Amino acid sequence: MIARRSWADREDVLGAAMLAPALAYVLLLVGVPFVLAIALSFSNAAAGSLSFGWVGAQNYAAILADPIFLRSLRNTAIVTVGSQVLVVVLATAAAQVFRVAFRGKRFARFVLLLPWAVPVSLAAIAWTWIFDSTFSVVNWTLKTAGLLHGWLYWLGDPGLALVAIIIVQAWRIFPFATVIVLAGLSSIPQEVVEAAIVDGAGFWRRLFRIELPLLLPVVAVAVLFGVVYTATDLGVVYILTGGGPANTTQVLPTLAFQRGIQGSDLGQGAAIAVFLLPFLVVVAVAMLRLARHTEVGAK
Amino acid sequence: MKRVALYAAALGFIAFAGFPFYWMLLTAFKQNRDLYVGAFDTQHVPWIFNDPPTLEHLRLLFGQTDFLSWVWNTLVVVVAVVVITVAVAVPAGYSLARLSGRWGESLGMGIFFTYLIPPTLLFIPFARLVSLLGLQDSLGALILIYPTMTIPFCTWLVMGFLRSVPWEIEEQAMIDGYSRLAVILKVAPRLIVPGILTVVVFTFTLVMQEFVYALTFISSVDKMTVSLGVPIALVRGDVYHWGALMAAALVTSIPLAIVYNLFIDRFIQGFTMGAVKG
Repeated sequence: MIARRSWADREDVLGAAMLAPALAYVLLLVGVPFVLAIALSFSNAAAGSLSFGWVGAQNYAAILADPIFLRSLRNTAIVTVGSQVLVVVLATAAAQVFRVAFRGKRFARFVLLLPWAVPVSLAAIAWTWIFDSTFSVVNWTLKTAGLLHGWLYWLGDPGLALVAIIIVQAWRIFPFATVIVLAGLSSIPQEVVEAAIVDGAGFWRRLFRIELPLLLPVVAVAVLFGVVYTATDLGVVYILTGGGPANTTQVLPTLAFQRGIQGSDLGQGAAIAVFLLPFLVVVAVAMLRLARHTEVGAK
Repeated sequence: MKRVALYAAALGFIAFAGFPFYWMLLTAFKQNRDLYVGAFDTQHVPWIFNDPPTLEHLRLLFGQTDFLSWVWNTLVVVVAVVVITVAVAVPAGYSLARLSGRWGESLGMGIFFTYLIPPTLLFIPFARLVSLLGLQDSLGALILIYPTMTIPFCTWLVMGFLRSVPWEIEEQAMIDGYSRLAVILKVAPRLIVPGILTVVVFTFTLVMQEFVYALTFISSVDKMTVSLGVPIALVRGDVYHWGALMAAALVTSIPLAIVYNLFIDRFIQGFTMGAVKG
C-alpha cells in the first residue's frame, strides 16, 4: 500500500514554488521590457510624458534615411568583427603560452586577468588618457622610436578613433577568451595529443590539425560572448569618443542612448536599439546548435 | 631557445594586458609638472618617475571629491542586489537541478539566454518603467534592475554547481526519514555554500562594473556609483584631474582583480555551459 504523499514530499510542487520567483522576475523585468522595447520602436513615446501613439514604421523610415544611423550600424559591425578577429588570434596564442608552466606564472595570470576584472568605464577612462591628443604616451613612444614623424590624433580622427575603439574592445575581451580556450585545451584527451607526437607531428601541425579543430566549440563560445559584449557595449565608445568627432564613431548603443535618453525620443531610440537584435539572434542560435552538438558528441 | 621564445611571448601578453594599469599607477603618483609634459618632448621620458612620487592626487580624490560616497552607494547596491539574487536564484537553481526532471534543462537554458539580452536594448523600456515607479535618480532603480542581469546567470551557475554535487547525501537523508522539504531546508544549504559564494562574488563584480543603467538612471553626483561617478563626475567641464582619475581607477580595480583571480574557474564553468568539463 502506498502512503499518501504530503505536499512536503511532492517534487513538482516544491520545484515550481522554488522556481516561481526567478521566473516571475525574468518574465516581468526582462520579458515584458523586451516586448516593450520592440513596441516602443513603433511609437512616438517621449520621456517625461506617459502617453504615446502608434506611428507604424515611421521611426524605422526615419533612421534608415539617416546617414548617422547607417554609419553607426556599419561602425558596430566593424568594431565587433575587427575586435573579435584580434581576440581569437591573441587568445589562442596566449593560451599556448599560458598552458606551459613557467616561473612567475601566477603573477602573469593575475596581470592577464586585470582587463577583464576592471570596470569597463574605468578602463575606458584610462585609455582616454593614454590616447590623449597632447600627452599620449603611445605617440611619445612611437616618436622616440623613430616610427612616427607627424602626429596621431587618436580620438580626433574618425579612422584612428575606430582603431582605438577596436584595440580597447580586444584588450578587454581577450583575457576572458584566453581563459576559456585554456579550459578547452585542458579538456583535450591527452592520448590524442600523445598519439600525434608518436606519429611525428610537430608543434604547428599538432596545433592546426588536432588542437584547433578540437578547440573549435570552445573558441566559438568565447567569440559568441565576445560578440555580445562588443556589439552591445555602450561604455567604451561613450567615454572614449562620445561618438565623435561629429558622430563618426557612433555605434548602435551610443546612438540609441543619445536619441532615446538624452534626446528624449524613446521611440527612435528603441528603433535603433532593435537593430542589435540580429547580432543577438545569430549568437543565440549558434550557441543552441553548439550546445546540442557537444551533447551529441559526448554521448 | 624555446624557453626564451616562451618568456618573450608571455612578456608581450602581460605588457599589453597590464600596460593601462601601469599607466594608472604612474599617473596616480606623479607630480603635475612631471605629468603634464607634452608627448612631443622626446627628452622627457613619460614611462618613469622623473620627480619624486606624490600623494597629492590621492588626497584630492579622498578629500575633495565625492569618491567615498560613491563607494558607499556602490556597497549599498551590492548588498541589496546580493540579497535579492541569492534569495531568488539559489532556490531556482536547486529546483532546476534536482526537482524539475528533463524540462529543467531546457528551462534553465531559457533563463540563461535572457542573460544575453543586453542593457542597451532594455534601457529604453526601463526608462519608462523607472519613471512610472518614481525611481528616477535613486539607487532603488539600480537595486530593482540589476537582478535582471544577475538572476539568469546565477541560476545557471547554481544549477551547474549542484550537478557536480553527489545526490547521495540528500538521498540518504530522505532514507533516514526526512521529508523532501526538510532535505531542502536542512541538508541542501550546507551543500550549496560554495555555489552561494560564487553567486555573491559574481553579483559583487557585476554591480561594481555596471555602467549603462547607472548612466541612464542616476543624474545626481551624490547618488552615483563608483563606475559612473569616476568617469562622469570627476571630469568637470574641460578639466580632467588625471591624477585623481587614475588613482580612483586603480583603487577600484585592485579588489576586483583579486576576487576574479580566486573565482575565475567557477565563472568559466558557467560561461562554457558544459562545453568544457571543468
